[in-house]
Amino acid sequence: MRTLDSFRTALNGVTVHKMRSILTVLGIVIGITSIMTIMSVGQSAERLIVGELERFGPTNIFVLPGRQPTGPADSAGTLLNDSLKEDDYEDLQRKSNVPNAVRVIPYALGAVSVSYESGTYSATLIGSTEHIEKNFDLKTARGKFFDSFDVSEKNRVVLIGDKVREDLFGDSDPIGEKIKIKNNRFTVIGVLGPEGQGSFIDFNKTIVVPYTSAQGDVLGIRYFQRLVVEADSIGNIPNVVGDIKATLRENHNIDDPEKDDFFVQTQEDVANRLKTVTGILTVLLSSVAAISLVVGGVGIMNIMLVSVTERTREIGLRKSLGATNKNILFQFIFEALILTGAGGALGVVSGIALSAALAYIARVFAELNFPFVFSVDGLVIGLAVSFSIGLAFGIFPARKASKKSPVEALRYE
Amino acid sequence: MEPLIRTEKLEKVYKNDGVETTALHGVTFGIRRGEFVAIMGPSGSGKSTLMQILGCLDRPTSGEYFFEDKELHTYTDDELARIRNEKIGFVFQAFNLLPRISVIENVELPLVYRGVPPKERRERARRMIYLVGLGDREDYRASRLSGGQKQRAAIARALITTPEIIFADEPTGNLDSMSGGMVLELFQNLNEKGNTIVIVTHESYVAKAGKRVLHIVDGEIDKDEEVEERRVISREGFSK
Repeated sequence: MRTLDSFRTALNGVTVHKMRSILTVLGIVIGITSIMTIMSVGQSAERLIVGELERFGPTNIFVLPGRQPTGPADSAGTLLNDSLKEDDYEDLQRKSNVPNAVRVIPYALGAVSVSYESGTYSATLIGSTEHIEKNFDLKTARGKFFDSFDVSEKNRVVLIGDKVREDLFGDSDPIGEKIKIKNNRFTVIGVLGPEGQGSFIDFNKTIVVPYTSAQGDVLGIRYFQRLVVEADSIGNIPNVVGDIKATLRENHNIDDPEKDDFFVQTQEDVANRLKTVTGILTVLLSSVAAISLVVGGVGIMNIMLVSVTERTREIGLRKSLGATNKNILFQFIFEALILTGAGGALGVVSGIALSAALAYIARVFAELNFPFVFSVDGLVIGLAVSFSIGLAFGIFPARKASKKSPVEALRYE
Repeated sequence: MEPLIRTEKLEKVYKNDGVETTALHGVTFGIRRGEFVAIMGPSGSGKSTLMQILGCLDRPTSGEYFFEDKELHTYTDDELARIRNEKIGFVFQAFNLLPRISVIENVELPLVYRGVPPKERRERARRMIYLVGLGDREDYRASRLSGGQKQRAAIARALITTPEIIFADEPTGNLDSMSGGMVLELFQNLNEKGNTIVIVTHESYVAKAGKRVLHIVDGEIDKDEEVEERRVISREGFSK
């Protein structure tokens, strides 16, 4: 018997009971859809993270207050810790302390209410120096950025994000206007471009001011939540990290590194940690989805066994006409493979559709720069797994069919 | 003339829940090429068992079975499948057509297992369907045919491989007398063209369509006789 004829016979066997076949493969479809979606979303998340970090520059080294966080609660704690002070910022800028640092950029952050005339807006405030412009690759759509003079003179000037502008000023020009930030008047000198988003900060909803004018009256703090040290090259990052630690330990009178009240992270550290987290999550969720595939496979085996019993006379007839055990075995294995293959293909298509829809929802509703990633791994694994399941769970019923004695099969009522 | 098939002390014992039932007791006989033999006997006499062994659908418990002098009792399952495909045609009482495929697809089925290319098997199937008078029904689903038409389609399927012998197990059992007559007439015509035919029946009027009758009683050949007054069947004249 020709292989093509074997395949055709199997295809016929599957299409004869269309509804049953569709219901049979549902488990596989759901399983493959889940795996495909999880892998695609996992890869999208990874790409989002890496993209955001890349935008922030690979030579940036973060200095954060407090102890190295071991969980989300610790991370939140770094925003309230006051261990990074003006002295630290100044000392890190000294070439004698950190010779391979190009510049140090301080960040004082807070959530503030911004008002103009009768309108108010809840924005994220970033207090920094003029170097933030390059550090985040920010663009001004209108006006200009503040300069070192504004920083040293504690000038109350502000750049506002596009969404802040839209909400407070509508179509009118905000440049030169005075806005109130926690009852302190600031002059709008620039508007950030609408594309402003990076390293998980949505600059559309942000206002940027000199840190000197942000710390005191506005945020009521005398410390920084972040210091970003830019190394002169990727190769010198380890030296810079060592110099930062030495300088800060001296400033804070720390002898034992275990007692550090700050920690240092490179972009690579952050990326690796986040990639590990998304990787673990992807594997974990895919494993859960894989269980549904096994359940789907058992479903296929059950239906195949019922089908073999129902078609006992057909098997007897085919044998009486010259079908060998191998012909019957292949017929039923092909049927299982067609079912799982079709289920796998459907699952891949719906997985692509679902992950594209999720990426769209994340972009439109959560305003995340979440890319849709077509997961080639998901496609290969999805199809390979579904065919393997077809083979694994199809062999038993197929063997049962092939072993039937022709005379007993013909006698079956 | 050398017999086409020959048996030596064929015995078949069924075991069911530890109980042994002997269906055939040392049956020895032969059938020559071109014969039209009716194996006749009451229900439970072992005639169907004999046909199943002769048709390579089952194996004897003991004894020998020669087909064209080949010792079929020593053959493997796959070798027997090849014999069934190449040398034997079956016609069953219940027709055994696959109901959801067309008549022509049913008829060409044995050629599928022989690996004949689709175009060639379609042409051969078409010729056979025409031969049995179903030329206008080839694309019908088998389930849409009448009983007589189904049996004629089954005969076309049995003939498509140009087998050495055709075994028909109660071929008129599910048919009215008119359709039964047409089927028997077809067998007689085929036999006149040289085909070897073996019919299993419990009806004497069907047996008389053949040239020789083997009477089986309790698993043994009771009588082996030539039919003296052979009933020449015609579709108008057939009656019990």
